[in-house]
Amino acid sequence: MPKKFDYAPAPESRAIVDLQPSYGLFINGEFVDPVDGHAFKTVSPATEEVLAEVTEAGQEDVDRAVAAARRAYDKVWSKLPARERGKYLFRIARILQERARELAVLESLDNGKPIRESRDVDIPLVAAWFFHYAGWADKLDHAGYGSNPRPLGVAGQVIPWNFPLLMLAWKVAPALACGNTVVLKPAETTPLTALLFAEICQQADLPPGVVNIVTGAGDTGRALVEHADVDKVAFTGSTDVGKMIARSTAGTRKKVTLELGGKAANIVFDDAPVDQAVEGIVNGIFFNQGHVCCAGSRLLVQENAYDEVMTSLKRRLGTLRLGDPLDKNTDIGAINSSEQLARIRELSEVGESEGAARWSPPCELPDKGFWFPPTVFTGVSQAHRIAREEIFGPVLSVLTFRTPAEAVEKANNTPYGLSAGVWTDKGSRILWMAGQLRAGVVWANTFNRFDPSSPFGGYKESGYGREGGRHGLEAYLDVGVSR
Amino acid sequence: MTTTAPPPVEPASALSDTASITASDASLRRFLHGLPGVDQVGAEARAATLATRSIKTSAKAWAIELAITMIDLTTLEGQDTPGKVRALCAKALRPDPSDQTVPRVAAICVYPDMVPVAVDALGDSGVHVASVATAFPSGRASLAVKLSDTREAVAAGADEIDMVIDRGAFLSGRYQDVFDEIVAVREACGDAHLKVILETGELVTYDNVRRASWLAMLAGGDFIKTSTGKIAPAATLPVTLVMLEAVRDFRTATGRQVGVKPAGGIRTTKDAIKYLVLVNETAGDDWLDPDWFRLGASSLLNDLLMQRSKMATGRYSGPDYFTLD
Repeated sequence: MPKKFDYAPAPESRAIVDLQPSYGLFINGEFVDPVDGHAFKTVSPATEEVLAEVTEAGQEDVDRAVAAARRAYDKVWSKLPARERGKYLFRIARILQERARELAVLESLDNGKPIRESRDVDIPLVAAWFFHYAGWADKLDHAGYGSNPRPLGVAGQVIPWNFPLLMLAWKVAPALACGNTVVLKPAETTPLTALLFAEICQQADLPPGVVNIVTGAGDTGRALVEHADVDKVAFTGSTDVGKMIARSTAGTRKKVTLELGGKAANIVFDDAPVDQAVEGIVNGIFFNQGHVCCAGSRLLVQENAYDEVMTSLKRRLGTLRLGDPLDKNTDIGAINSSEQLARIRELSEVGESEGAARWSPPCELPDKGFWFPPTVFTGVSQAHRIAREEIFGPVLSVLTFRTPAEAVEKANNTPYGLSAGVWTDKGSRILWMAGQLRAGVVWANTFNRFDPSSPFGGYKESGYGREGGRHGLEAYLDVGVSR
Repeated sequence: MTTTAPPPVEPASALSDTASITASDASLRRFLHGLPGVDQVGAEARAATLATRSIKTSAKAWAIELAITMIDLTTLEGQDTPGKVRALCAKALRPDPSDQTVPRVAAICVYPDMVPVAVDALGDSGVHVASVATAFPSGRASLAVKLSDTREAVAAGADEIDMVIDRGAFLSGRYQDVFDEIVAVREACGDAHLKVILETGELVTYDNVRRASWLAMLAGGDFIKTSTGKIAPAATLPVTLVMLEAVRDFRTATGRQVGVKPAGGIRTTKDAIKYLVLVNETAGDDWLDPDWFRLGASSLLNDLLMQRSKMATGRYSGPDYFTLD
């Protein structure tokens, strides 16, 4: 039946983005051609349209970038008074705000996420992160890491494709605030906002070599992480790659932080505010197409509230709007790549063959591009692969529990431990649950809320180290006792 | 430890017999306090997200047209004159004298003493005459006065009554008193439709808004309405969201559909469209109709007319081209 109120297309204009046909590497403050790298294409996942050619950096390119970062660290950045570092970061933060629309459109183009999210969540948080760490730059003495804590040197940073510019901010802002220089490798499918960020560094007159950006895929990342002159490795991505990095950095002097996968439990008690809990479930798993490491991919519902919650949830999913990421009314955008789409499809088929019931709201998928409908599996047990493995897509597995203890047991019964959510009107239960859940972040009556002042990171195979807030400074400071 | 979930079932009309709920103060209290809570942060975040919907071109034109037909064109001032009410009625019948394609508004909303003037001016045009009653806006009068206020308005020809609840009784937990009063006014209305004003600005919490909504619906209200317009804050998006959830859930539980009317502070086309988006994505298609959703407003109409002519002609005309009520 056609809807009465049919929202007309409301596309955000692409005109604000000035895409170049090809991009080099950003090394020592300028865009340069590769020495031993070659070009590859980055596409819009919503249409498969080629957006630009970018460079896959080779070993020698990474060498050059690390050397530039080392030079900038030795000669400029480590010698600069802390308040001067802060000034650069404040300047970058302001430019990020001024160019927010441009960054949001480019992020949605390259990543496939809805413009509503890149405009209202990603880019505002990016600026907030830079503002937050700009403020820390000259206050490190008071951060609880001793008087005059020192930077580490050159940071090699590898980030994922799900929040391209936000993950850059999480990595670059604290590193620079603490006095390190960086070489950053964005994900191969989403390099464009990092390259625009390089332009912003130029615009802010950041000294050459303080920020270097080398685009590429796994080999480029490996060359960076394994580079002998890198003092610090920061990685956000899959647990498999995180383990490889842990192995390759073992026994080196490198300080490592890893932020890896998750299979978070979103736990709804029978006294939860149901309408808001349903919003939290939707935001937990369908925000950013479920491409969120801390996504609430396992819904644990108290059995006596199951019918009510599921009825409300299914009704709500019927109102989700899937389509053009640049349309301002789109709720669900495109899957980032055909590889990721294949993985989501595979695990969803496994879910069905293992006996779980699959449900999606009526939903028309565009012909071109990579798309997957919002999907809910009910009748899932802890033994099913869809309850154990990270799908990293818009797929929710629903389980039930009877007692708070059972909820905790199920929530913790996973190799991951990045986040969890608790929905209840009882404050005491929230506090008790938060103490029991083995997860780095526990959200109470909300989900997927981020703030630069709050630390973020995992338990168990979700990684180690914390990003954000005062805690996030530790990853970029020499806090050892041997000073 | 493992529990297997039953397959999801369509909710039955669990509340087909509401008499047991409304039998006593204690049972009413048990029921109202057993409703799911409303998380303030979450409700406000949801309303704010829906307010970012971008309604353009054909959708905007459709929404403006619908919003005009949903207006309860209101004047509730001590200084109201028969002349002003007649002018308002003329505007209700033909909102834009220069454009006959503009639809009529839903109703005129006036004080009881102005009802005869409005009835006379509107005739059998189909535009409803709504009258506030029950010692509007404070509700501070005896039940007898409130009922006679209501009866007089109905006798004078009002076919919709906008009553106020006794907020003092509600806030002090005397739910039965509030319930009984609504039932009595409902009876006094006869065939007239009853809108129950919750005055959400005095109820303050969303939990209270939800409970008052259910109380009014259980007592037989045809509409639940946010505000008198005399108290700030009047209608807000989150309050209307909570009320839309209430009418949606009430219909699921009882099978009876109840309308919603935000009133007060809705002045621009943008505001009105935000409310329609809220209706669309909360209660759904069935409420996108003047029989089930109203906007209590006065200056809103001119802004809708201005936006409507802008969409038709491509240029804005000045406020001088639209009649002041």
